[in-house]
Amino acid sequence: MLSEWKFTAKDIAEKPDLFMSGHRACAGCAPATVLRLVLKAVRGPTILTHVTGCMEVVSSIYPYTSWAIPWIHTAFENAAANASGIEATIKVLKKKGRIKQEQIDVIAFAGDGGTYDIGIQALSGAVERGHDFLYVLYDNEAYMNTGIQRSGGTPYGASTTTSPAGTVIPGKVEYKKPIADIMVAHDMPYVATASPYYWRDLITKSRKGIEVNGPAFLHAFAPCPRGWRYDTSKSIEISHLAVETCVFPLWEAIDGEYQLSASSKVIALKPERKKPVREYLKMQRRFGHLFTPKFEKVLDEIQRITDQRWQRLLKKCGMN
Amino acid sequence: MESVVKQKVLALNGDEAVAYAAKQSDVDVVAAYPVTPQTIIVEKFSEYVANGEVDTEFVCVESEHSAMTACLTASATGARTFTATAAPGLALMHEMLYVASGCRTPVIMVIANRALSAPLNIHCDHSDSMSERDSGWIQIYAENSQEAYDSVIQAFRIGENPEILLPVMVCLDGFTLSHTLENVHVLPDDIVKEFIGIRPIPLVTTHEGKSVPFKLDPENPMTMGPIALQNYYFEFKRQQEEAMKNAQRIIRQVHEEYAQTSGRRYGDGMLEFYHLEDAEIAIVCLGSTAGTVKTVVDELRAEEVKAGLLRIRAFRPLPVEGIVRAVENVKAMAVMDRSMSFGGHGGPVFHEIRHVLYDAPTHPYLVDYIYGLGGRDTSPTQIRKIYQDLQMILQTQHLGKPVRYVGLRE
Repeated sequence: MLSEWKFTAKDIAEKPDLFMSGHRACAGCAPATVLRLVLKAVRGPTILTHVTGCMEVVSSIYPYTSWAIPWIHTAFENAAANASGIEATIKVLKKKGRIKQEQIDVIAFAGDGGTYDIGIQALSGAVERGHDFLYVLYDNEAYMNTGIQRSGGTPYGASTTTSPAGTVIPGKVEYKKPIADIMVAHDMPYVATASPYYWRDLITKSRKGIEVNGPAFLHAFAPCPRGWRYDTSKSIEISHLAVETCVFPLWEAIDGEYQLSASSKVIALKPERKKPVREYLKMQRRFGHLFTPKFEKVLDEIQRITDQRWQRLLKKCGMN
Repeated sequence: MESVVKQKVLALNGDEAVAYAAKQSDVDVVAAYPVTPQTIIVEKFSEYVANGEVDTEFVCVESEHSAMTACLTASATGARTFTATAAPGLALMHEMLYVASGCRTPVIMVIANRALSAPLNIHCDHSDSMSERDSGWIQIYAENSQEAYDSVIQAFRIGENPEILLPVMVCLDGFTLSHTLENVHVLPDDIVKEFIGIRPIPLVTTHEGKSVPFKLDPENPMTMGPIALQNYYFEFKRQQEEAMKNAQRIIRQVHEEYAQTSGRRYGDGMLEFYHLEDAEIAIVCLGSTAGTVKTVVDELRAEEVKAGLLRIRAFRPLPVEGIVRAVENVKAMAVMDRSMSFGGHGGPVFHEIRHVLYDAPTHPYLVDYIYGLGGRDTSPTQIRKIYQDLQMILQTQHLGKPVRYVGLRE
């Protein structure tokens, strides 16, 4: 059903950036890398919409813009509703002959706050209605634009400004919502997870999401040096470790059929390659309090959840 | 010279009349969500879609917030858009109403006016649309279903005018109009089509000096809805005010042009004057109540009482000079408010009228009557009592209580 689009690193390097330099993202911002990579996958005329958040703010400070394609931001909770209106218009104006292009793709970008929490209603509605668009969740696991508040995407044990590690409570005490599985449960044609370390996988999945007829959901892992508290040079390394530890496995579900991708597939076949979560956690100071005798047990709990979710995923992929 | 076209008469309630107008207006995208007493509009429009009577993409969204969002992004992509809602739905849209006007997307929306909760009430008052007075939308209040029909068609021409580019609310009283059958004259389809045309997309100049259409267009990429901080936000808002100023002229122009074809006029399009020329006592109101007031004015005139009515058709933009001129000879005047501004001095219409008259060379005694909340009926007897109160004020030259309530247990 999907075209076999092949590309080399050179092709990607030569393709002009649609998210242009000069934006005001922080050094080491992985969401910016994710945006750039996703837009390397566009196949033609594309309209982009974005919710309120870091990436919107850094890219559109009037009178400047970083967008080389038509782009609109309206509010925080409505990326998918934005896309619905745009997609509906393309459909009807094409029919009426007032849009000349054969095809215009629609991509919506939102962070974890705008997806797991305040935007889930609009997202669920748009997917149920079957609009043809790619929704990209760039997950930096907290409300970073407002100063690192916990979201439904913040993992267990992470310290944020609204789930601070105190003397009694060890950071966030709730588990990360399995958002991509929730989207698969919508019976939508394409859902995938991606990490910027695996750039080829990320671009390929973005392209599939664009090409598929109907809604597609891409859950992109997007570390934030400021919020996760690590050195700005480590974003890609952390994106790698998240996959290697199975904290953030890579998979895609085409018409609800799960299959693993990239390193996650290798780990499924060679379980000894799976790294302990401590290696991933210790790089980030948002988990720093867990490496003290008082909260050490939380590390074991994180390992337990990670293993449990990984086993469930293997089962869904028929690989257990 | 007027050349009024022959028109069909249909028995329609207000919601159906509005849906019929939208059907004739070559709408590209409708995104809507059901809510009483607006629901008939969405239902009717869905039927038109299901029967292939319209060439419209109907997006049956999961909330009013998404309805307004989808309408405004559709509009930003070049579509003519329409939606409808009422109290709780309008309140849920609140955030997006400001975005629609701020992005200069001319979404046309019908409000079937309804009381805001709590307590829950589905019947008419104006608390919903009055709460959106400052949202940057043009607001037109219809007196009857005929006017609701006419106003929707006019609204597209007004909002989409390149000098305006503002969203427009057409308000009709819930149930009183929305669910009540009336004879409505409808224009032939081709006449409406000709009147309304295809949505014009204005050209804007880019920083490179290029002239491009003001929409999301892959050939001419544009960044819409950016962040504008202390150094630019203010200018955006000032431009909206300028568009509102232009709207006064355009509303009158479109109203007059429409009148030439339809034969129907509502005052000058902004205000309607009923026996005001020599009136000593007058009522100011908006919406369907004006119909009841007119009946009472007729009775009083037969009794040689110099009573009149000023009906505000366009509440935003407010025709300040027109109001001052219209009531310059009135000696005592009652404003009727169908919503409250808790803790303020009277209701929102009272605030506006009193404020407008501050600079007038003379002003009448002015008193506010809050009435009809939650759909409470307001009878001709009660209206007559208001005129009697005004006569009493003139006789005693004493205002008494400036804010009063009609038909309320106290």
